[in-house]
Amino acid sequence: MEFEDGIITRVAGPVVEARNMKGAEVYEVVHVGDEGLIGEIIGLKEDMATIQVYEETSGIGPGEVVKRSGAPLSLILGPGLIGQIYDGIQRPLPTIMEKSGDFISRGVTADPIDFDKKWHFVPVVEKGKKLVGGDIIGTVQEGAVVEHRIMIPPGISGEMDEIVSEGDYTLKDAVAKLKTADGLKDVFMYQKWPVRHARPVKKKLAPGEPLVTGQRILDTFFPMAKGGTAAIPGGFGTGKTVTQHQLAKWADAEIVVYVGCGERGNEMTDVLREFPELVDPKTGKPLMNRTILLANTSNMPVAAREASVYTGITLAEYYRDMGYNVALMADSTSRWAEAMREISGRLEEMPGEEGYPAYLASKLAAFYERAGKAVLEGTEEKVASISVIGAVSPPGGDLSEPVTQNTLRIVKVFWALDTALKERRHFPSINWLRSYSLYLDAVKSWWQKEVGEDWFELRNKAMGLLQKEAELQEIVQLVGPDALPPAEQATLEAARVIREDFLQQDAFHEIDTYCPPKKQYMMLKIMLEFRDLIMGAVRKGVEIGKIKKLKCKGDLSQMAKISNETYEKEFTEMSVRMRDEIGKLVKGVEQ
Amino acid sequence: MRDVNKDMEYRTVREISGPLVVVEGVHGVAYGEVVKIKGGDGRERLGQVLEARKELAILQVFEGTNGLDTKNTSVRFTGETMQIGLSTEMLGRVFDGSGRPIDGGPEIIPDIRRDINGAPINPSAREFPKEFIQTGVSTIDGMNTLVRGQKLPIFSASGLPHNELAAQIARQAKVLGQKEEFAVVFVAMGITSEEANFFRRDFERTGALERSVLFLNLADDPAIERIIIPRMGLTTAEYLAFDKGMHVLVILTDMTNYCEALREIAAAREEVPGRRGYPGYMYTDLANIYERAGRIHGKQGTITQIPILTMPDDDMTHPIPDLTGYITEGQIVLSRELHRKGIYPPVTVGACLSRLMQHGIGKERTREDHADVANQLYAAYAEGNDLRNLVAVVGEEALTERDKKFLKFSDIFERRFVAQGKDEDRSIDDTLNLAWELLSTLPREELKRIRKEWMEKYYPKKG
Repeated sequence: MEFEDGIITRVAGPVVEARNMKGAEVYEVVHVGDEGLIGEIIGLKEDMATIQVYEETSGIGPGEVVKRSGAPLSLILGPGLIGQIYDGIQRPLPTIMEKSGDFISRGVTADPIDFDKKWHFVPVVEKGKKLVGGDIIGTVQEGAVVEHRIMIPPGISGEMDEIVSEGDYTLKDAVAKLKTADGLKDVFMYQKWPVRHARPVKKKLAPGEPLVTGQRILDTFFPMAKGGTAAIPGGFGTGKTVTQHQLAKWADAEIVVYVGCGERGNEMTDVLREFPELVDPKTGKPLMNRTILLANTSNMPVAAREASVYTGITLAEYYRDMGYNVALMADSTSRWAEAMREISGRLEEMPGEEGYPAYLASKLAAFYERAGKAVLEGTEEKVASISVIGAVSPPGGDLSEPVTQNTLRIVKVFWALDTALKERRHFPSINWLRSYSLYLDAVKSWWQKEVGEDWFELRNKAMGLLQKEAELQEIVQLVGPDALPPAEQATLEAARVIREDFLQQDAFHEIDTYCPPKKQYMMLKIMLEFRDLIMGAVRKGVEIGKIKKLKCKGDLSQMAKISNETYEKEFTEMSVRMRDEIGKLVKGVEQ
Repeated sequence: MRDVNKDMEYRTVREISGPLVVVEGVHGVAYGEVVKIKGGDGRERLGQVLEARKELAILQVFEGTNGLDTKNTSVRFTGETMQIGLSTEMLGRVFDGSGRPIDGGPEIIPDIRRDINGAPINPSAREFPKEFIQTGVSTIDGMNTLVRGQKLPIFSASGLPHNELAAQIARQAKVLGQKEEFAVVFVAMGITSEEANFFRRDFERTGALERSVLFLNLADDPAIERIIIPRMGLTTAEYLAFDKGMHVLVILTDMTNYCEALREIAAAREEVPGRRGYPGYMYTDLANIYERAGRIHGKQGTITQIPILTMPDDDMTHPIPDLTGYITEGQIVLSRELHRKGIYPPVTVGACLSRLMQHGIGKERTREDHADVANQLYAAYAEGNDLRNLVAVVGEEALTERDKKFLKFSDIFERRFVAQGKDEDRSIDDTLNLAWELLSTLPREELKRIRKEWMEKYYPKKG
């Protein structure tokens, strides 16, 4: 279709206005100026359009043309996405580098996936079968791990008229023909989908299974569910990014989409260089084989940053539709909100709180709402999920600011990072008294069935102990620790073990970086047994000084670092030693 | 570029407000292009298009709008974005905020001209920074290690010795096992001539001047130039690093003055203000400066940045340090309390961080025990500090023997580890050995963060 060209009338940073744009749609993609910079229409008034441009606009001026594309910002979804690294609008950064060198120059374009690469297609349906959107017609092995399922795009249905036999095809080849109400339609191995529209599902379900992350404080105390939403707010340096990286590495999702939204270039490089080397404990293959990275660093154009979270969630939805459990990490949603604010400011919109646009809350809510566990489109009943974990970077670490507050109204898990903990190098610096998870009840039965009957009781007991410690600490601040009665001093000792040896976890230690659920459970069980034993001992009259000098505390502090293969045996020996040692103390006073 | 009539002079200035000039009736103006503005006094000033509309352009004037009026001012559009001429001849030279030499030497004959705004480094092209830079300062090397390609700001406050520390780092910085020294790009924004002279003298004294490029915008220079001067410095740094293969250390001081200039323009444009009146895009703007540090795959040179900023009212949650901390890879924080105790450099390690430390230390980089020792120092010092608060309430007598040792540790840690001479260049081995010496004043079983093998190998033998 041919459209009339628009004419630029105003340029102010990433915002451009053009006239002669009648008939254009909001969110339509346009090419701006002589260099054809990619932009998106964000407002229309009579024949004037307001456009946000995804690239630096220096050198563009009034009088240059705006060319319409007739379509909204859309992604190409098909085999070849996994292992890629894109910018906020699905331009593949390695290809861009080949084309334009080490620095990203303007107006460079490249296909998001290689249309000439041959993929081995295996059909799974036959001619004559009635199909609807979401039905799988064949599979392609994408990388070492992922089976890419080729689907009928949403909203299309009909009878399979023709399907190719098993063999190698490119994305340009039609692999099937579908007889629809509007006639024959070619089906390719890829689909196009507009980023700002959620891909449809039949029904949303309540999450029930935990998203196991191997991080003790998260899994045991504030669990995330598959299909859930979580927020990690924290001032700078408290460890948002390290936590997000840990989740991207170890969360037991089948596909991980990592959105680096307005963050540091060097940190993205860390992910880029590290993920191909790290091995997924489940598949034994490099983590990159299940990961898609989006990198729109803080110095890349702000409008593309705004689009990047939508690009990320659309990629996640596409893999969910194949039946996979997908996890999406967005670091950081504050930068996304700031991108909205920046554009809103250039549009001279009436600002809401702290200069953020009044629609901030609804945009955040709509984004998180695209997460969830759902019954998928298609003839067969399939269930899959998207879990979304958003980092929030509150200015000055002040959680009362609008992005944090509006996020907390939506998400069900809150991992509160704490500057005071960070300053004493307690990592992960997640405050156990302020964090919460509303999925505790939902994941309880999984833990009880898969790990240990008494998991929930142990967890609550430990939580109670930490709560008690916080109360006692207030008194200690006033009178000093030695003024407390022995039983309470013993409580402090026990709480300290949980705090230092269970809650703290070293992300950079080769073993401690991932703690399997069973190990978490056993660690907690032994530590709580320690508590019971020392409480008993003190009650029987053992001096608190002797309790403080127990050797088994050294054992407890080493638990996290014991190999994930042999820990069960070593833990059992350890608990025998612990019982012996404390038993002897008790015997000592009884005699 | 579109065709622009370079000889066309507009005398249609409608409005002058603060650093901004509004010109009417213009044609073919592009966003971001450089303009030359001549006042009635005949002096030519540089400016840039901030907003281009049909028949109207808003300009920011870098050298101030003093002496401009709406009648005699003429404006010429150059059709080019802001550029700087680059050459290795710039080493050893001093420039002003418009890139003109101010040391009495000849003009630079440029090898190449580049847009001062640069372009973002493709994340795929970046190489992860992990080469340890020995600064000779224990609190940095030992606990907040700097690596080549990192951006590590110094958060300071008025009256603290951040300049001395920055000069000391510039003087002592080296990569172990390599002879090559850092080239220094020094960018001053709104600092006093006294401070600028301090750096200049220090560079001269130590012979660093001949491998340095100085860009100076002093306190009495136009504030608006502070917007472009760091960009000129960084474009120079990129040229030296990625074209000429040098390792460049960029010192930007004082970023607080830069942000004030940014706010001034935003206010003059009547933009919707963000926190404390700073513009909502300050994060992106600062990122465009700080993110120009790094390493590029396959390129020999690197850019390491040490921006300095003074925290208004010592407040780390103020938007300037806050946004900076969100972009940079950690921060070195100076404290008034330590300064008052007479400790130089007054680095308060609890608030400091180096995000890239993990990858720059350990076996073959610094020493195998480095990570554990650093963790243990942090933990022990934090505990000692907590006890100080407790002592203030209950008195030292109420403490246990163990706690007394921790209390004492935090004192000697400050006096011996943090404090050092302004010319004292400690090697990483010296720093770590000193750490072990201090840690050995604590009960051995309390050193929980250090693994057994290092305890056996490095714990000082008594007697």
